[in-house]
Amino acid sequence: MTNDPSLAAGPVCPVPLGSATHVLLGHGSGGKLSAELLRERFLRRFGNPALAALGDAAVLDNPGGRLVVSTDTFVVTPLEFPGGDIGTLAVNGTLNDLAMMGAEPCWLTAGFVLEEGLSFTVLDRVLDSMARAAAAAGVPIVTGDTKVVERGKADGLYVNTTGIGTQTEEFSPGPAGAAPGDAILVSGAIGRHGMAVMAAREDLGFATTITSDTACLVPLVQRLRASAGGAVHALRDPTRGGVASALNELARAADVGMVLEERALPIPGPVAAACAVLGLDPLYVANEGMLVAVVAEERAEAALAALRDHPLGREAVRIGTVTSEHRRLVELRTAVGGRRIVDMLPGDQLPRIC
Amino acid sequence: MKYLAEYRDPDLARGLVTRIKATATRHWVLMEVCGGQTHTIVRHGIDELVADQVEMIHGPGCPVCVTPLEQIDRALAVASRPAVIFTSFGDMLRVPGSRTDLLHVRAQGGDVRVVYSPLDAVELARRHPEREVVFFAVGFETTAPANAMAVWRAHQLGLTNFSVLVSHVTVPPAITAIVESPDNRVQGFLAAGHVCTVMGWRQYEPLAARYRVPIVVTGFEPVDILEGMAMAVSQLEEGRHEVENQYVRSVRRDGNRLAQELITRIFQPVDRQWRGIGMIPASGLGLRPEFAAFDAEAKFGLTNIRAQEPAACRAGDVLRGRLKPHECPVFGRECTPEHPLGAPMVSSEGACAAYYNCGRARLPAAKTA
Repeated sequence: MTNDPSLAAGPVCPVPLGSATHVLLGHGSGGKLSAELLRERFLRRFGNPALAALGDAAVLDNPGGRLVVSTDTFVVTPLEFPGGDIGTLAVNGTLNDLAMMGAEPCWLTAGFVLEEGLSFTVLDRVLDSMARAAAAAGVPIVTGDTKVVERGKADGLYVNTTGIGTQTEEFSPGPAGAAPGDAILVSGAIGRHGMAVMAAREDLGFATTITSDTACLVPLVQRLRASAGGAVHALRDPTRGGVASALNELARAADVGMVLEERALPIPGPVAAACAVLGLDPLYVANEGMLVAVVAEERAEAALAALRDHPLGREAVRIGTVTSEHRRLVELRTAVGGRRIVDMLPGDQLPRIC
Repeated sequence: MKYLAEYRDPDLARGLVTRIKATATRHWVLMEVCGGQTHTIVRHGIDELVADQVEMIHGPGCPVCVTPLEQIDRALAVASRPAVIFTSFGDMLRVPGSRTDLLHVRAQGGDVRVVYSPLDAVELARRHPEREVVFFAVGFETTAPANAMAVWRAHQLGLTNFSVLVSHVTVPPAITAIVESPDNRVQGFLAAGHVCTVMGWRQYEPLAARYRVPIVVTGFEPVDILEGMAMAVSQLEEGRHEVENQYVRSVRRDGNRLAQELITRIFQPVDRQWRGIGMIPASGLGLRPEFAAFDAEAKFGLTNIRAQEPAACRAGDVLRGRLKPHECPVFGRECTPEHPLGAPMVSSEGACAAYYNCGRARLPAAKTA
């Protein structure tokens, strides 16, 4: 095998162009293999005028207003899991970060670190997912980059996406917006993504029907905006660290307390069961397609109704209330009538012994 | 959902709270033996619901918490060796040894892996004949059968690259040590349902009779715990001291004979150090001589590793019920889940971590209903 693209193109090469089934180091060389990879796999799927120009940078028209920019890097094992893959996460995750700031997304960029030996079948499926997710959201991927690293230097595929959107002053929920008396809403079931990924890891040893909730939350935020507007005080997509960490961050940023009702938490049976087996708390499990909204009490019902009007928000429910008591702490009223603090975790949740 | 939702049912729970309040004519002191039960009690705020009737002392039944410091240091020493794959249940990874923990050993290049079953460790040894696979066999009688099975399986496969670092402990000697201690305050026990699923409750009958303490075999969900408390309170009020079984959906008097047979085939009783408590005679399980080839301590020459507990940590008093976790002078200050000084702050089942994570002593006092 050779790393030299000029040899790869020649008549004696054992790996003729176009026949590779896996990523080779040569695909990152900047030569013909790289060009082929870009053309056959990336441009074909992500084609749009800005990208097709193939300049060193994308040239875009100024959309006016305030720009909102967010970047996120996606690392997940396995690359594909029930309900999605790293591609859907990479597009939806960054769009959701923009949406949580009340922004309308305009463009995405995508950077890829490919590990030598990654199967093109897998890469193609991931790129298809990205293309589908971006098209569904109506947001073009306008520039990108690929690098190839030696086998063993990466975990198959890492993806970075950056999103750019616009925001208006009338609708700019921020982390510090929660005020005493506000209602705390969630748009859907808690804990699906994290448990789906955990169950997909082959060493877990039990089967579940849980699928990831990965989804683009932009339509839900549009409904919240239409129904409650400026009464939407804060939004969060509770990814890593789950609902518990997201609420703690909001409580600290706004210097308020929060009270949650355990009985109201929408935790699907299979998620509760898998968490019970592993000794995990669903409140700390990652979500990729649901949001937490802090909404002024008088618009809370309207916001809930608007969320429930969309397929992604059908299970939307109020889970608690913002309070001026026990500032910076999130209290849970347990189903049996007790109470406890829901704190930030020191690190990852570790499965219990017994 | 079957076997979960009904044991978290708020109406059933409220009924049991009412029953305890109606039955108790005075204040009683109970101990839940198992860390899993401690976790449920603090997580759901159960003890606060009946605080005027019952004080719960949190017992020593968290395997992570009672594994002695020097055993952790031995684990860290062997996990740091280049040819070793060190395997462990997840919550042992953050337990601090004298200088470091398994997460840091892994970050510095040690091959430390979380397994969900000890048989996964045996499978690793089979797949990697060129490596030494060590499994950290900790826990009570609950985990002993699976760990025994791992040794038996490795024996059957003729594996020479698999060994176990054993730190098994058993419940009845610990109950004896607690009731015989001169300053004991415990008047009744909630025994650990999962331990009894394996062992049954025959071993507890002489304890209840000799020390005149009610022992109620109890499950782990909120309704289980409240029902176990109600049964223990009834016994105390009526002057009875029997072994009763609340966890009927899982526990039989004779337990699981197959599992017991497997334990005795592989392990034998040994004296064992309990972290924070000290030596309890015949309170542990060690490998029988015929399985000595699987003993990681001997194989890697770890027996000379000794350790000293941090002086500021009052884990021993907490584990013996002399001190509530938040009454410890370093609780929440020098000692937090991020920087634990003692093991009860590490595992989510540890009493200190349960108190800290659930915000005890940080919330304003409960308004009693």
